[in-house]
Amino acid sequence: MKRFVGFIKKEFYHIFRDRRSLFILFGMPIAQILLFGFAITNEINNVEIAILDHSKDATTKEIINKISASKYFSINEFIERESEIENAFKKGKIKAVLNFEKDFSKNFIKEKHANIQVITDATDPNTANTISNYVNAIIKQYQKELNKDVTIAYQVIPETRMVYNPELKSVYMFVPGVMTVILMLVSAMMTSISITREKELGTMEILLVSPLKPSQVIIGKVFPYIFLSIINATVIVLLSIFIFNMPIHGSLVLLAFESVVFIITALALGILISTISATQQTAMMISLMGLMLPVILLSGFIFPISSMPLPLQFISNIIPAKWFIIIIKGIMLKGVGLQFLWKETLILLVMTVFFIGLSVKKYKIRLE
Amino acid sequence: MSNNKVILAEGLTKMFGDFTAVNAITFNVEKGEIFGFLGANGAGKTTAMKMLIGISNPTSGKANVAGFDVFTHAEDIKKNIGYMSQKFALYDDLTVKENITFFAGIYGLSKNEIKEKRAILIKELGLENVTNKLVGSLPLGWKQKLSFSVSLIHNPKIVFLDEPTGGVDPITRRQFWELIYKAANEGTTVFVTTHYMDEAEYCDRVSIMVNGKIEALDTPKNLKKQYKVSNMNDVFLKLARG
Repeated sequence: MKRFVGFIKKEFYHIFRDRRSLFILFGMPIAQILLFGFAITNEINNVEIAILDHSKDATTKEIINKISASKYFSINEFIERESEIENAFKKGKIKAVLNFEKDFSKNFIKEKHANIQVITDATDPNTANTISNYVNAIIKQYQKELNKDVTIAYQVIPETRMVYNPELKSVYMFVPGVMTVILMLVSAMMTSISITREKELGTMEILLVSPLKPSQVIIGKVFPYIFLSIINATVIVLLSIFIFNMPIHGSLVLLAFESVVFIITALALGILISTISATQQTAMMISLMGLMLPVILLSGFIFPISSMPLPLQFISNIIPAKWFIIIIKGIMLKGVGLQFLWKETLILLVMTVFFIGLSVKKYKIRLE
Repeated sequence: MSNNKVILAEGLTKMFGDFTAVNAITFNVEKGEIFGFLGANGAGKTTAMKMLIGISNPTSGKANVAGFDVFTHAEDIKKNIGYMSQKFALYDDLTVKENITFFAGIYGLSKNEIKEKRAILIKELGLENVTNKLVGSLPLGWKQKLSFSVSLIHNPKIVFLDEPTGGVDPITRRQFWELIYKAANEGTTVFVTTHYMDEAEYCDRVSIMVNGKIEALDTPKNLKKQYKVSNMNDVFLKLARG
């Protein structure tokens, strides 16, 4: 035990004296969560638009007011001619143009039918889609208000309700993903680098010749990272609660337990990587290419798994991050308990045992 | 086992698949002896040494180190030997003091023992002014001497040195050998591999490995007589070229 304490102390010296690892350990999580939370978002806010109003009458004024009153849009300019539309887009500031036809009010009242053209800049298709949906919604709302007293004979009104994230905040989707990425990065990459570092420097040999058992050496190497990962997970959860007002509907204890399970899975992966790579460089490349990319692209963090081609959907099953994201989304947003998540938890545990078994086997071959 | 034989190897063999890296070597080393283990690169020195220090299992044969069998008691061997590898192996990002404390700690020395040993070691090596400096900032020669002293910190019966003086200037090499002599005088057996044939002359006895076999084993003086040459370099060349 005393030997173990000395070993851990040494590991912390390594970590705290290396600026690079300190940055990855503590700078990255905070930077990532703030970046994803504030900058990278699917919501639209204060999108600048232009208005081309051929009628300039009471109705168009009212609609324009409604639109500019919403927090989603702000009107950047009023243009006069169709030919200016192209130019307005090219200046790059506006994302959409609303084009009201001539005699809008007259048509609207007399013929009960008037047209607005919504032209959106689809260089960014997602945003274009969102903008056109929002504009439609605002106009529909306006119509509804006008038709308050009239009853239309046959009408289907779909009433949608978004559950678990009613405000459709993208930060709710990013927090679980970022947490997964960070834990993977810290646990797997940092441990694999720290173990291969000992190999590269030749100190691993000295440790193996000492009375320490190989398993003690490995546990001593990974232990500090369990501790640091737990701190990281805590920081991320606190940031999301206090800065992004993200609710945690489920049990915090369960969340902590599942996080530890995932941390151990990632550590096991890190150990496995360290057994197959001889240098820190290789370990880092394998971690980045083999772990980070799949975690970001195939885990359901950013792109929904259900819309991937079948082979990729299949591959996503072997990525531990996918299961962890399901688990934490379940706990944080849906508030479900272990009775719904035991399958995913079990998958993570089985993966962990598999990775450790494989590393032990590789390790033995190396010693022979 | 007789009391003054600290390493006994009999027909020790290591195979990697079809390749025989170490081919039935038989030798013994006496207590307090400086035993030179020579051979060209790839002759099997390091593999043989790894079997003796308990990090590689022999394919066949027998070996007894510090009174323990390498097959059954590798863990006991580890407690009784010191090891310094050809790669300089202290932690550059730890201070002199922290390195000594760490290595003494993993050999199970108590807090007071560590404190006492550390003070003696630092004084002997004249490192008083740099105890709190990072090892990475020290010159290579100092690091190497420190590394050797650290490998002796738990008073091992035998210390294994794998090409300890690679890349060191002649003066430091000289000082290094003084440390080796001192350790041997205090009763520690020294098992050393080297490339430098002048160092072979410093050893009490040397063995020369060629292609996995020990081709010669005697005192440097007798070997020179046997091969009718004036220095160890020529003995080595004669053997290695066959």
